[in-house]
Amino acid sequence: MYQWRMIRSATAILSFFSKASIAYTFVETEASMAAASFGVSSAAVQAVKSSASPLPSLPVIRSEARPISGRINRSRNAGKIATHAVAAQTENPASAASKPGHEVLLFEALREGLEEEMERDPRVCIFGEDVGHYGGSYKVSKGLADKYGDLRVLDTPIAENSFTGMAVGAAMTGLRPVVEGMNMGFLLLAFNQISDNCGMLHYTSGGQFTIPTVIRGPGGVGRQLGAEHSQRLESYFQSIPGIQMVACSTPYNAKGLMKAAIRSENPVVLFEHVLLYNLKERIPDEEYVVSLEEAEMVRPGEHVTILTYSRMRYHVMQAAKTLVNKGYDPEVIDIRSLKPFDLYTIGNSIKKTHKVLIVEECMRTGGIGASLTAAINENFNDYLDAPIVCLSSQDVPTPYAGTLEEVTVVQPSQIVTAVEQLCR
Amino acid sequence: MALYLSKSGKLLPHFKQKICSLGMISLSSIASCFSQNPPLSPEHGKTPYAAPSLFASRRFGSVKAENLASINNTADSQALNFPGGMVKFTPELKFISDLPEERINCYRVLDESGHLLTSDFVEIDKDIAVKMYKEMVMLQTVDTIFYEAQRQGRISFYVTAAGEEAINIASAAALSMDDFVFPQVKSIRPVQYREAGVLLWRGFGLQDLANQCFGNVGDNCKGRQMPAHYGSKKHNYFTVASTVATQIPHAVGAAYSLKMEGRDACTITYFGDGGTSTGDFHAAMNFAAVLEAPVILFCRNNGWAISTPVSDQFRSDGIVVRGQAYGIRSIRVDGNDALAVFSAVHMARKMAISESRPVLIEALTYRAGHHSTSDDSSKYRPIEEIEWWRAVQDPVARFRKWLEIQGWWSCESDTELRDRARQEVLDAIQVAEKMEKPDLGEIFRDVYDFPPSNLSDQEKSLRQTVQRHQRDYTHFQL
Repeated sequence: MYQWRMIRSATAILSFFSKASIAYTFVETEASMAAASFGVSSAAVQAVKSSASPLPSLPVIRSEARPISGRINRSRNAGKIATHAVAAQTENPASAASKPGHEVLLFEALREGLEEEMERDPRVCIFGEDVGHYGGSYKVSKGLADKYGDLRVLDTPIAENSFTGMAVGAAMTGLRPVVEGMNMGFLLLAFNQISDNCGMLHYTSGGQFTIPTVIRGPGGVGRQLGAEHSQRLESYFQSIPGIQMVACSTPYNAKGLMKAAIRSENPVVLFEHVLLYNLKERIPDEEYVVSLEEAEMVRPGEHVTILTYSRMRYHVMQAAKTLVNKGYDPEVIDIRSLKPFDLYTIGNSIKKTHKVLIVEECMRTGGIGASLTAAINENFNDYLDAPIVCLSSQDVPTPYAGTLEEVTVVQPSQIVTAVEQLCR
Repeated sequence: MALYLSKSGKLLPHFKQKICSLGMISLSSIASCFSQNPPLSPEHGKTPYAAPSLFASRRFGSVKAENLASINNTADSQALNFPGGMVKFTPELKFISDLPEERINCYRVLDESGHLLTSDFVEIDKDIAVKMYKEMVMLQTVDTIFYEAQRQGRISFYVTAAGEEAINIASAAALSMDDFVFPQVKSIRPVQYREAGVLLWRGFGLQDLANQCFGNVGDNCKGRQMPAHYGSKKHNYFTVASTVATQIPHAVGAAYSLKMEGRDACTITYFGDGGTSTGDFHAAMNFAAVLEAPVILFCRNNGWAISTPVSDQFRSDGIVVRGQAYGIRSIRVDGNDALAVFSAVHMARKMAISESRPVLIEALTYRAGHHSTSDDSSKYRPIEEIEWWRAVQDPVARFRKWLEIQGWWSCESDTELRDRARQEVLDAIQVAEKMEKPDLGEIFRDVYDFPPSNLSDQEKSLRQTVQRHQRDYTHFQL
């Protein structure tokens, strides 16, 4: 199903853009690849397999860099056409068996990533509340304590600042801890350790000590979880020097980002979303890693660049369906890397469409959208035909009542209206 | 006390077996536990906290499910197997007193005139003893001269360890080079580092100390941290961060990694009386106990947290009593007595590593100097008090007297040592002062493993600015 969709979209795009000069050479590659293998190139797989030694050096793609070699180019592009997993198309049972890859839910994809890394590197361990035999509140670490023991999958007492600090200390002495916040909001208690220690100690020690931790957890607005459990911490963390931030949105990129984050020598904060854990998608059987600094091209288009991440990606794609019916052609990019921004991908898109709409779940003040707006204005002002529009949540604590909560989050209809206004 | 220790000895193998093993947990024991005991009500509103019953099932893993019920029945109204263990009942409505009747006694080996008061201490040979003394004198000299340097405006800031030389050197001497040191970090006013002595003991050179304080190219922190925020991976001395007590959970984490690797080493972390009020101290103590991490938690109770006396910091009998509250063995020692500190740390290290448990040491002492160069302590405490402690309870003098009684030291050697130390420190400062400051690029390096594009852009822009306005940026000749 996935392959057919890819071929269909590839040929549709080819015919549509046959005249336009598009730098997207991936389209041709995709069409040929779609017939050959599933979305991951064999070259990328080889890159992973060859780095089977304990300290791998996977090619890291910087946001402004041209791809270093042809191999990487293809693996980069492979991630670009990701399909919209939420609109669950029912698969033929007959065709399902013959397709490569396996179906997983997002939390299972995260677990697969964790498990593969724990298998590969004995220094990887998990700290968090109820991650051990309970398996984690969202079942991300289910079964791992039985497999790897209590020492590597550690149930901590309730003291976020302290178990994050513990992870910093363990990381400085050689372990690679993955810290789970039961809910991202609880990591506000760990802010001191994350900001002053995690982010800074590599720098202030003159490079002597590295802190290869991963700090992850579900955040964002859920279904009536109340204000304290609906935090968007990316706004608060984005200023901390020394950390990287990424947000996953599909099972494919969740597993890839988890693995990349664990392998990274820098502290990485991985933002998951409470409502996305049960997304289903077919992901490759082979091992793969996704770059921490790259954005994902969800839907190429011509008229407007829509930048989004995490759950809002699905609202945007829903709006995109309506927009396509109305004759618009939005380009949707899932920025994935919240710190640093992938200005290379974003810039190329703006140079093509000249209009930008940012859709985020953060509050209006000081959110990721605010920073992204500033960064785009600074770098691509000449290419913009209109001011950047940023749709975000209001500056209010998330209310409990369902009807109220719904309107604090950006809805597809707002996105449609914004695009229509932008493209007038 | 003995009873408590014997009881904990019995419990320990159970915990060790269950927690430290990498084996599977038997699901049947969990199932039987749940079927017998009523389910726990969800605590703190997040999720049903299943851990206590899980531990109960593991601890009584060898006891069949039926026996649990029979224990409860036969015990009658004497005791009940609550979650967490068997507890006896009492008919008396009596509260435990807030303070013990007598304050916990303080372990001391030498008196003020250097005479031995006991034979219950860890013997040290002449070489180590003389080395300890020399390093204590060096520490004193370093402190005095660097303090003066700050007053002369040559460095911006400094913290002395006046009055706490014995703690520094004696505890360092009792550890091995493989043990990780997490020196104190203090609060808002970056200070501390009353643990420079530990670094000196481990071979961190005077020149390196001076370089760090001056923040020049020789500094291994590359000019990025305040004076006295030393750090050296080579010496297993973890870089000081200014935040108070954040290093205590770090130490627990590092001890945990040592335990996972099964290494013959422990972690030590130092903090002051003020640091024990923080949330991090509490949680780290708790973690250390629950995780059975081989960490020595060393509290330097010097009576003052900047201007806050201990009576305003806590109302317990010092820090030592808190050990039992967390299930951690603890001891109170005379911090001005080098032999007592050495013995305590030596024993604590053995316990920590062989039994994989945390140990709390409270060293009572006095902060004979100011909190830092930004402080004038005569404002909040009487000068006579400071003078008395400095004269009568000076740890260096006391140790010297003991050395002289042993026949291992003399007055002439002392003068010679002090003169030489003074000269070495002055030389080191002069060299450090003349050395260049780190170049511009160091601002952007080591934020990440490789600089991302935004930092490269910012560096480029900064270099352009400096080049354009060369006159305003005389330090950086591009």
